[in-house]
Amino acid sequence: MSRTITIEPVTRIEGHARITLQLGAEGELQDALFHLTQFRGFEKFCEGRPYREMPALTARTCGICPVSHILAANKACDHLLSVTIPPTAEKLRRIINLAQLTQSHALSFFHLSSPDLLLGWDADPATRNIFGVMRQYPELARDGIRLRQIGQTIIETLGGKKIHPTWVVPGGVSEALTQEKRTAMLKLLPEGLEIARRTYDFFKTLVPKFKDEASHFGTQDTLFLSLVTPEGNLEHYDGFLRLKDARGRIVEDRVPTWEYQRLVGEAVEDFSYMKFPYYKPMGYPKGVYRVGPLARLNNANACGTPYADVALAEFHMLQESGPIASSFHYHYARLVEIIYALEMMDRLLKDPDIMDQRVRARARSNRDEGIGVAEAPRGTLMHHYKIDDDGLITWVNLIIATGHNNLAMNAAIKQVAAAYVDANHLQEGMLNRVEAVIRCFDPCLSCASHAFGQMPMVIELQDAAGRVVDSLCRH
Amino acid sequence: MPAPPSPAPVKVVTLTIDGQDLSARADETIIEVCRENKIPIPSLCYLDGLSVWGGCRLCLVEVAGQGRLFAACSTQVSEGLRISTNTERLQRYRRAIVELLFAERNHICSVCVSNGHCELQTQAQKCGVDHVRFPYRQAGYRMDSSHELFRMDHNRCILCTRCVRVCDEIEGAHTWDVMGRGSDCQVITDLAQPWGESETCTGCGKCVQVCPTGALVKQGTSAGEMVKDQQFLPILARRRHAQ
Repeated sequence: MSRTITIEPVTRIEGHARITLQLGAEGELQDALFHLTQFRGFEKFCEGRPYREMPALTARTCGICPVSHILAANKACDHLLSVTIPPTAEKLRRIINLAQLTQSHALSFFHLSSPDLLLGWDADPATRNIFGVMRQYPELARDGIRLRQIGQTIIETLGGKKIHPTWVVPGGVSEALTQEKRTAMLKLLPEGLEIARRTYDFFKTLVPKFKDEASHFGTQDTLFLSLVTPEGNLEHYDGFLRLKDARGRIVEDRVPTWEYQRLVGEAVEDFSYMKFPYYKPMGYPKGVYRVGPLARLNNANACGTPYADVALAEFHMLQESGPIASSFHYHYARLVEIIYALEMMDRLLKDPDIMDQRVRARARSNRDEGIGVAEAPRGTLMHHYKIDDDGLITWVNLIIATGHNNLAMNAAIKQVAAAYVDANHLQEGMLNRVEAVIRCFDPCLSCASHAFGQMPMVIELQDAAGRVVDSLCRH
Repeated sequence: MPAPPSPAPVKVVTLTIDGQDLSARADETIIEVCRENKIPIPSLCYLDGLSVWGGCRLCLVEVAGQGRLFAACSTQVSEGLRISTNTERLQRYRRAIVELLFAERNHICSVCVSNGHCELQTQAQKCGVDHVRFPYRQAGYRMDSSHELFRMDHNRCILCTRCVRVCDEIEGAHTWDVMGRGSDCQVITDLAQPWGESETCTGCGKCVQVCPTGALVKQGTSAGEMVKDQQFLPILARRRHAQ
């Protein structure tokens, strides 16, 4: 008698999803599927709008990582204008991107994942949340909130508001930096770095405790895709695409971002509204790759900042050789990236050119197709627009970081379910591990569905005839 | 040289607005008297320097002894009028009017180039519009981005006709006009040709500056960047009328 377990909604992620686990007659796992259950249609309703509206429009896909959409959209618009933006504008854009990376990674680690890591996978779900962490680990909770606040404050200082700022515009940014703002931001960074390093040191002591999870949480062989600098170092704003395989061999390198379609194909499945991007030369569904902090650190030769480079070296020691395979170590990579972001923001803000008043290039559209790629906290974000002669959008394609990870997430939940779920004795803690592997990827499903609504979760066990024989429901 | 004719004497009337005793010239409208005396009164289609249209109905006021409401922009003062400009009834009506304007087309403030500088948005804030009670029509309107300098988004047009009037009365080109009926009306350039192909448009941009929303904007502007300057209008209007 085969059965299906449904986990709906998946909690402590950004967006709304369902997981179903299909079991065979003996209760063995046959398949695991991650469903994105909402549809929004951004790619369609943007048609007919002027391209200069795209940064503000596409930013509305998300309240967590709007800056990423703003940057990718503006880069696509820069491409349409065919301009090179002023160097100071690029540096300012980098700072706001790193500030968002800091706040988003802090949200993922402290608010969403730390309850599992600190309170235990099997802890009472009623207290297995940020409030439970506040009770048992008040210092750490305070650090998490403060770190997020620092990131958000820098976004607000530069962009005028924390969410959906409109300061980044096609051609650069709308206003140059003032000395007052620069001083205010520089004042925040030492405290942020201290928190990041303290948390990183603490997490390092926790990692050995999760040896079992690390060996079952999405360890499958996949490729890794990310941007890197021309020198092959960690990059979040520009640079080239690099693809590494599970053995650490560079498969694609120095690929200009506007050639992304040579690497990335998109498939669709009828069980999810999220697209299934894949590495084209390997075909679908074999061309599985991962993006995000894990992929970025696996692909980077170095970070380029002192503390982050030490942390990167320690990151590579998590495994004997090759790229770090376990998706559990996304958490580790996230903490390394927070350190990098804070160090790099400090460096950029101390750059003498940062106060330059020339921060915007002005032009009209000079081509009919624009592609903008940036690294969002969750991975590589691609915006691709086509416009008509009047500058109105005729076609849009958005490939979201979470979408890139879709095939890998499906494989990861299958691996975790096979290792932990005993279909005959369904317990909440088992299913929480299935959810937790999804949290490692820190998916942003509102972006990936381009979705809104509630996020409840139900796990159902179904027999071969599709009858529900057991279920767990979370509201 | 003969002396210029002296202007005809104008009668002065006394009236009460919101309990305030005032005097005004008999040829003035209620809204003019209110503006002179710094009595706030909302309007969207009325603009100092243009002819009166009376279309938006936001400036409705109550007149004692009269059952119906009067548009302050198109009603002349008269002796002994007792006017109320901000009663609970008027507030209710004004909010409903603003809500209906939002429901009629697709005003998405957050992504609009006029966000933060929009007269409709300001009126909505003043009227306390925190949500719209009416179902949105969600009719899709096209954009006309064919003009080299400017852009027209019918989704954000409230049909105030300021563009039509300024083009006709101040610029003298009469490029703009209105076609259709009711809520399906649209402002058009020439005979509903793309703006960029208009033979009459001088590209002066007055229509853009007087437009109260993000319907008429400059090309090259991003969200929140379109700030309009209407100071030219009363000056130009006085010069036109002096000719």
